Amino acid sequence: MATTKHTLVALVEDKPGVLNRMASLFRRRGFNIESIVVGHSELPHLSRVTIVVNGATTMVEQVRKQLDKVIDVVKVSDITGDDIVARELALVKVRATSANRSEIIEIVDIFRANIVDVASDSVTIEVTGDEEKINSLFNLLRGFGVKEIARTGRIAMTRGSSGPIQVEERLPKARAKKQKAS
Amino acid sequence: MTIMKMTGAQIICESLVREGVEVIFGILGGAILPLYDTLPQYPQLRHILVRHEQGAAHAADGYARVTGKVGVCMATSGPGATNLVTGIANAHLDSSPIIAITGQVARAFIGKDAFQEIDITGITQPITKHNYLALDAGSLARIIKEAFYLARTGRPGPVLIDLPRDVQMEQAEFHYPNRVDLPGYKPTLQGHPTQIKKAAKLINEAQQPLIIAGRGVIISGAYAELSQLAEAAQIPVVTTLLGISCFPESHVLSYGMLGMHGMAYANMAVDAADLIIAIGMRFDDRATAKVSAFAPHARIIHIDIDPAEIGKNVRVDVPIVGDVKVVLNALNKLINPTQHVDWVHQLDDWRKEHPSIEIRDSEGLLPQLVVRKIYEVTKGEAIIVTGVGQNQMWAAQHYCYNKPNSIISSGGLGTMGFELPAAMGAKVGCPESIVWCVAGDGGFQMTIQELATIVKEKVAVKIAIINNGFLGMVRQWQELFFGRRYVATPLSGPDFAKIAEAYGLPGLRVKHKSEVVPAIEQAMEYEGPFLIDFMVEPEENVYPMVPPGAALAEVLEEPKKEVTAWPRRSTP
Repeated sequence: MATTKHTLVALVEDKPGVLNRMASLFRRRGFNIESIVVGHSELPHLSRVTIVVNGATTMVEQVRKQLDKVIDVVKVSDITGDDIVARELALVKVRATSANRSEIIEIVDIFRANIVDVASDSVTIEVTGDEEKINSLFNLLRGFGVKEIARTGRIAMTRGSSGPIQVEERLPKARAKKQKAS
Repeated sequence: MTIMKMTGAQIICESLVREGVEVIFGILGGAILPLYDTLPQYPQLRHILVRHEQGAAHAADGYARVTGKVGVCMATSGPGATNLVTGIANAHLDSSPIIAITGQVARAFIGKDAFQEIDITGITQPITKHNYLALDAGSLARIIKEAFYLARTGRPGPVLIDLPRDVQMEQAEFHYPNRVDLPGYKPTLQGHPTQIKKAAKLINEAQQPLIIAGRGVIISGAYAELSQLAEAAQIPVVTTLLGISCFPESHVLSYGMLGMHGMAYANMAVDAADLIIAIGMRFDDRATAKVSAFAPHARIIHIDIDPAEIGKNVRVDVPIVGDVKVVLNALNKLINPTQHVDWVHQLDDWRKEHPSIEIRDSEGLLPQLVVRKIYEVTKGEAIIVTGVGQNQMWAAQHYCYNKPNSIISSGGLGTMGFELPAAMGAKVGCPESIVWCVAGDGGFQMTIQELATIVKEKVAVKIAIINNGFLGMVRQWQELFFGRRYVATPLSGPDFAKIAEAYGLPGLRVKHKSEVVPAIEQAMEYEGPFLIDFMVEPEENVYPMVPPGAALAEVLEEPKKEVTAWPRRSTP
């Protein structure tokens, strides 16, 4: 079956074990999660998760439904086909000598990346963008000698005023009020 | 209002009482000892000491299935908890609402491989609807409230609560919440009106409609609604294994069970139908056989409370997510009364040509006959609790289930050893009902120790062991598909009548068919538990049978052959 890359976004309760519950649904089906990013959302006690996974659309849809059944998952959507903004952050440590440092800086400027650390024989670059931009920066830097790379994985959001996940309508009114008050 | 301070153990007991718990099946141990020590303060909570934790989980499961209430089982940490795992998985696959309470090592020892420490919330994560590790006594009331709510609502299922030893002894204020706050849990009960209209249109237009009813009908209590739908539009009804007894089997529109060992005519009906109305069932592979050839001419309406079941195994034309009873109520209002005379005649003809469950004449004692006679003697009033394998299929086929919710069986997980503890749980839940445990000689030995429990607790379960000296269903597969190489299937079992006697209940061994009815009658007359060891034809097969990988229509019927004897073990 043809596999495609899917981006799932979820709003989950900030409780121990949630990530494990979610990840195991992919593991059970032999999916390799390409990236999974968890962080606080705009509401207390709720985290937003972005998962990127390769799989057949029907299988991913089945996992999405199973994810929705996890009690601590408030909502989950597959936003692959939607008009989305997707970004990733990467840190790259590159060998740099006094001879080629300026060349590296030039590349960094073209990519609107930043140099966040400089040592006598290396520079560390921070870059934000979609996967393609980050990959092409890597390709250019490879020639200098890449010592280390760290990537966050994709975070994503749909464009426009309303996302696929409307928190307020999913929460009981009492709880929403309580959260506004606090 | 004064808020009382209580220990964690007291909070749990108070909460269980508030949830209406009457009985707990369990075994204690060091890590759950504080909770057990508190139990005598709550005499309304009857504790039944089982002999193995697996029995506790199955008993809670059996109790839950017959009563519709939440069953409760309890075990200590480590091996106590892991022994529950099979029973929890069983409840999970058959959507049975149970609460498993496990002891855990004290908080300071968690994660340190302490004595009898195991990560039971990790282990049971994929086999529970939800689970909890309670880290402070103040959270216990909320956790128990949520656990019961989760277990019994929506698609029911098991919930596990892991209780560190010191949390049971910690003091906290007790306040039982009135409501739960679970923003991620909102079961859909009402079917979508547009979908229901679409479904009604398909039903009103169908020429050869067929209902496939599953356990969802029983869980939802939608017996009347199902009958109304079937009768209004003269729609034949077949059921899944776990759907048996959701529709009276003697009803003129009932065509029995479908699937691997379903009635040939039921499977032929699925094959020929132009519309399948699947209600509270999940298209399990034992029911559908080869999925790509399932109901090739039919459009499919699927009604289920679990959205994840829709489209999981078969393509569905009209999905309706909702509670079966609620959805059928709405749907029935849109159904035009109609007749499908030709279609029903066609099914009746198939039933005549392929009777499927006729019992042939035989000198030997046929297992099918045992089940049939239990039906006749009990007049169909019993609750039948089966093991897994041939005994299960014969019990499903040869007893006529007219009483709602009268068969309890391990469908999804297929757990041998389920029968005796589940029958115990069923009898405890419905003490007024006659409960027959139809077991195989293989499965029975997997939880045989619960004989001690039913004797001690005076649980009057009647036990029929279909003893063929084999792991019979596997032997049947070996005979049919593995060149009759009976690897590891012959069993040398004990004399179960003597075993019964040793445990303190009467036992009979029956070898001839003439003794069957008197033995069953004797068991019925006896007021306590009673065991009969039926020495049946060892190489009897279950028919009809759809071979693995074949389509439902490719059903094998009983060949007209003489029964050949396999050299059986000498009977003591």
